[in-house]
Amino acid sequence: MGARSPKFGPVAPRHRLTIRSIDADPRASAISTAAHQIGLPLDSRARVAVADLIFIEGELDQDALNKLHGFLVDPLLQKGSWNNPTATGTEVTYLPGVTDNAAATLLHAADQLGLAITAAATGRRVEFGEAIDSEHAEQLIRRIVANPVIERWEAGCIEPTFHAAGKSTGIAENVPITGRSLDQLIQLGHDRKLALDPDELLVIQRHFDEVGRAPTDVELETLAQTWSEHCAHKTFRANITTDDGEDRPALMAMLRHCTDTIDAAFVKSAFVGNAGIVGFNDDVTLALKAETHNHPSAVEPFGGANTGVGGVIRDVLGIAHKPVAITNILCFGPPDTALTSVPDGALHPRRIREGVINGVADYGNKIGLPTVAGAILYDPGYTTNPLVFAGCIGATRGWTQHDGPFPGDRVIVLGGRTGRDGIRGATFSSLTMDATTGQVAGASVQIGDPIVEKLLIDVLVGAEDLYTAITDCGAGGLSSAVGEMAEGVGADVELDQVPLKYPGLEPWEVWLSEAQERMVIAVNPSKLAELEDRCGYYGVEMADLGNFTGDNILTVRSAGTPVLELPTEFLHDGRPQRQMTATMPRPVRGQYASRKVDDPRDALLRLLSHRNIASKADTIHRYDHEILGATAVRPLIGRLSDAPADGVVIADPTDTAGFAIGIGVNPWWGLRDPEAMAYGSVDEAIRNVVAVGADPDQVALLDNFSWGDPRRQSTLGELIAAVDGCCAASMAYRAPFVSGKDSLNNEYTGSDGERHSVPPTLVITAIAYVPDANRLFTPELAKPGNALVLLGTTSREFAGSHIDLVYGEPTNPADVGCVPAPDPDAPVRYRHLHQAMQDGLVWSCHDVSEGGLAVALAEMCIAGRLGVEVTELPHDDLPAALFSESQSRLVVEVSQSDIGRFSDVMHGKIQVIGTVTDGEHLIFPGVEPIDIEDLSDAFSRLVIPSPIEANGPATAGKSADERDPS
Amino acid sequence: MRAPPAVVIAGPGTNRDKDLALALEMAGADATIVLATELAAHPEVLRNARLVGVAGGFSYGDSLGAGRMLALDLMVGIGEQLRDFVATGRPVIGICNGFQVLTRTNLLPGSLGHNAHGRFECRWVVLEPQATSRCLWTKGIQHPIHCPIAHGEGRYVHPDPDSLAKAGQIPLRYSSTNPNGSVADIAAVCNPAGNVLGLMPHPENFIVERQHPHHSRSRKSDNLGLRLFENGVAAAAEM
Repeated sequence: MGARSPKFGPVAPRHRLTIRSIDADPRASAISTAAHQIGLPLDSRARVAVADLIFIEGELDQDALNKLHGFLVDPLLQKGSWNNPTATGTEVTYLPGVTDNAAATLLHAADQLGLAITAAATGRRVEFGEAIDSEHAEQLIRRIVANPVIERWEAGCIEPTFHAAGKSTGIAENVPITGRSLDQLIQLGHDRKLALDPDELLVIQRHFDEVGRAPTDVELETLAQTWSEHCAHKTFRANITTDDGEDRPALMAMLRHCTDTIDAAFVKSAFVGNAGIVGFNDDVTLALKAETHNHPSAVEPFGGANTGVGGVIRDVLGIAHKPVAITNILCFGPPDTALTSVPDGALHPRRIREGVINGVADYGNKIGLPTVAGAILYDPGYTTNPLVFAGCIGATRGWTQHDGPFPGDRVIVLGGRTGRDGIRGATFSSLTMDATTGQVAGASVQIGDPIVEKLLIDVLVGAEDLYTAITDCGAGGLSSAVGEMAEGVGADVELDQVPLKYPGLEPWEVWLSEAQERMVIAVNPSKLAELEDRCGYYGVEMADLGNFTGDNILTVRSAGTPVLELPTEFLHDGRPQRQMTATMPRPVRGQYASRKVDDPRDALLRLLSHRNIASKADTIHRYDHEILGATAVRPLIGRLSDAPADGVVIADPTDTAGFAIGIGVNPWWGLRDPEAMAYGSVDEAIRNVVAVGADPDQVALLDNFSWGDPRRQSTLGELIAAVDGCCAASMAYRAPFVSGKDSLNNEYTGSDGERHSVPPTLVITAIAYVPDANRLFTPELAKPGNALVLLGTTSREFAGSHIDLVYGEPTNPADVGCVPAPDPDAPVRYRHLHQAMQDGLVWSCHDVSEGGLAVALAEMCIAGRLGVEVTELPHDDLPAALFSESQSRLVVEVSQSDIGRFSDVMHGKIQVIGTVTDGEHLIFPGVEPIDIEDLSDAFSRLVIPSPIEANGPATAGKSADERDPS
Repeated sequence: MRAPPAVVIAGPGTNRDKDLALALEMAGADATIVLATELAAHPEVLRNARLVGVAGGFSYGDSLGAGRMLALDLMVGIGEQLRDFVATGRPVIGICNGFQVLTRTNLLPGSLGHNAHGRFECRWVVLEPQATSRCLWTKGIQHPIHCPIAHGEGRYVHPDPDSLAKAGQIPLRYSSTNPNGSVADIAAVCNPAGNVLGLMPHPENFIVERQHPHHSRSRKSDNLGLRLFENGVAAAAEM
């Protein structure tokens, strides 16, 4: 809602305008489609209608109402009415306190129009016609239309909340903990959802015993946030003993050790601050960061994904770089999951997918950054715990690390106002979710406003000399932002100075709120006036909360009275190191096993239409990947722009060089061999950037782990194995990790009623230097007659393969075999390939990944709308030759006359497998030729293969029903 | 010759202002990005300009309808001067959100509604120049212009598209698939005098060869969006 100020006295008159679209409103058909998809289909007599609602409070005469009508209703598109609707309908509006941007804009419009409006609110109305009973309508509203976490609804006409009433005590509550037993402390931690370990509670008790007073609620909550898994990465810093009796170095130390050992000149900053910094050329540096926003996206998919993108952009802004591109990797449950198998309290995977994709699109499109690289994966393990990885890349010239804050600097918060949104987000994400999560997590949901963040970028980019330190307000809100900045210096801040969205917030809420779009900077008093001018110009609110002190104490006041007083040393270093025990996985290695594939053509078409491999065009076209004009290789490529690229390339229109982004992720390998998975994911990310023309000797990596509860010993063991794989690959490719993030406690309850970890999901992002942005490569076949060359070795490695996802894994565990093993020759291969590219010997190039060589060649055919005739297979075993997913392989198109030179550059390690043709088929020896349009139809899911009959001739296991009615 | 001064108008949430400024610079203008509120406070900036662009993006987050609030800011703050600017025949271009703003200010006819399919869409399109157009921005352009769209509210609506065509007010139509359900495949409209152009697609994102999805080092493109800006800047230079 938007309101001028708390109002007293007689209530002003209220008006409501109902606005309907003249042409069909696409939102109405979207509701019908969604109802069908989640199993609540509408009667054919139902007539869905949607209208927008505007609520206004103020003394307005007819002339004023006409002016407003003229502003709000476009006569070519809409009809507006000031009368209450008579048709049966349900109206939805925001819960009190939830940001209503349209209402705020309406107040601004009223100012411009000279109208005396005291408050405004907006909502929407949905009518289903008379054919739907009220219970069905209520279900549709709850499941599809409204979001109970941020909205409320009523049948008939709803009254908005114009003025959120609220009065705070302004004081902190003392929480007595002295003398409490450990059990009592654990109970206290549970009641307050502190998500602290018993050891940590004891350390806190001891600290306050020494100080001689009880902690305040502000102090306890601050410690819980700062020491949360989300903020402190307790598992990645823990001492771990494995079931082999081995004492392991902390996981974070392992990754850092690799980066230190590689000692690459292009790494400017790694594992420090908000993002990693690399510099490939001149004085341009890139800031790299990827984050997860899994739990918020499970509860409120749009808001969770929306603010996930917003948060990672602030990370880049928080290290003084200008954001230039966004990435996202999304993991969902199968869209055709039956509604009955979605547990109570969880949203249907389709609803989650729609909300998440719209949330990513909304933030990126509005803030004006290209959303370029990504992946979408489907697995039943993500049904109630979707994963949302969002990355951001920033660029700047002449970056120097800010070295403040200094004593005397002011503590300045910029951007959005603080409300009750997103409170306890860090501890929320550190707890596992259960059926009640949706209800209790309401306050944890964050609401994004990309326009406010856009203005923050406008203010901060170019203002680098106005501050001495900067950080974003993310998890933990001000407690974490100011708390981190105050480390080693101390700060004294007044909460009454924090601009609030509405009154009534208690001190701990102000301090802990994760309201979005806020940055904290340290400013020398001499620079305040200039900063104020800049903020005034762009319309960004700034507030001066206090100063950095130099006494190493963090003091937080409410109306002058301290509500928190903690030594920064205790806050940041007082946490006891976690002791953990792990059971290491025992993966199958070196056992080659093939698959029985009776109909390779059928298999290829099924693979292409498998959701993980099939075109993501529906999603990609919802993201603006063109803005800034720097996207040189797009996510969709080829003659008809309908084939997948390996990596994307970003290069400013006026620059000669650029950078490539590649993604590696494979949870199905992770389930079977987490170490090989991690190595393979690094290899895939690097292979993707090399395939588009990046330099394999200038690659930086980001790691993002989304794992289950690490206190389960096997889950922790899988995590350790994955870190081992990351480290081995990082060293082999001399590609340093520069930043990373772990999201643990991603769990769900299975149909067996047991808690399960999500599949071990590691996303590797590779960012690499592209020396010549005019020399880029895609899988688009270029010229009939050219030779096709396969690089790398093909083996019968099928565990976790997509052919198994299609036909089912062999029922006898002994027949499953192994996950593809690392290829020690790959780093040299990639270097040679890059040389060949620079020498002008490469026409097109594609990496071989999910679905194997057959899928890779099919995608090249689709990209170039040219045929391929394969004459030499890379393995005697046909299924292995076509469908094995052995690592580190690429297909390269080379002119026949250059084969000799290409072979020389590659040191002879090539296999010519066939030629590009001007025919219409993909031809393999011994397989019926496959029409390119059939490949393309399968890839676009225009034609979906019929379900596999259980126990049919080709299947070895369970059927994978992949039909999609949409 | 001195580069003609161009003003790129932005509001809170405008995000293709830099893209548009770069296109105008490459076409030979001296472009400055100015917030609508600042322009209202300094009308001399507009008086001195020879070309105005209203850039794309999401001014005010599209809340209450795309372009509405920024159009109101402009009309209340500097509406009269803007109408004078147009009346002198100086070139004005509104792209995407800027097009939406110009229809709301009545400097251009028609309205822009939600895409027929209900989604934001980003893809490359082909724009066919219309021989009958009076628009100075498309004058002499023979080849189709290729460029991306990126919008959720780009369905052009007009009660009488035939009269627009007769008046020479349709400079560009979609010749690839109509991406948003615009009436009569209209991608761009101009005012009766032909100096104000509004279009949903983004010619400012195809100003160097490399930006084209099917860019090939061996082949020059005849389809650059830059041509539009060269026309606009040339007209500005004559003012």
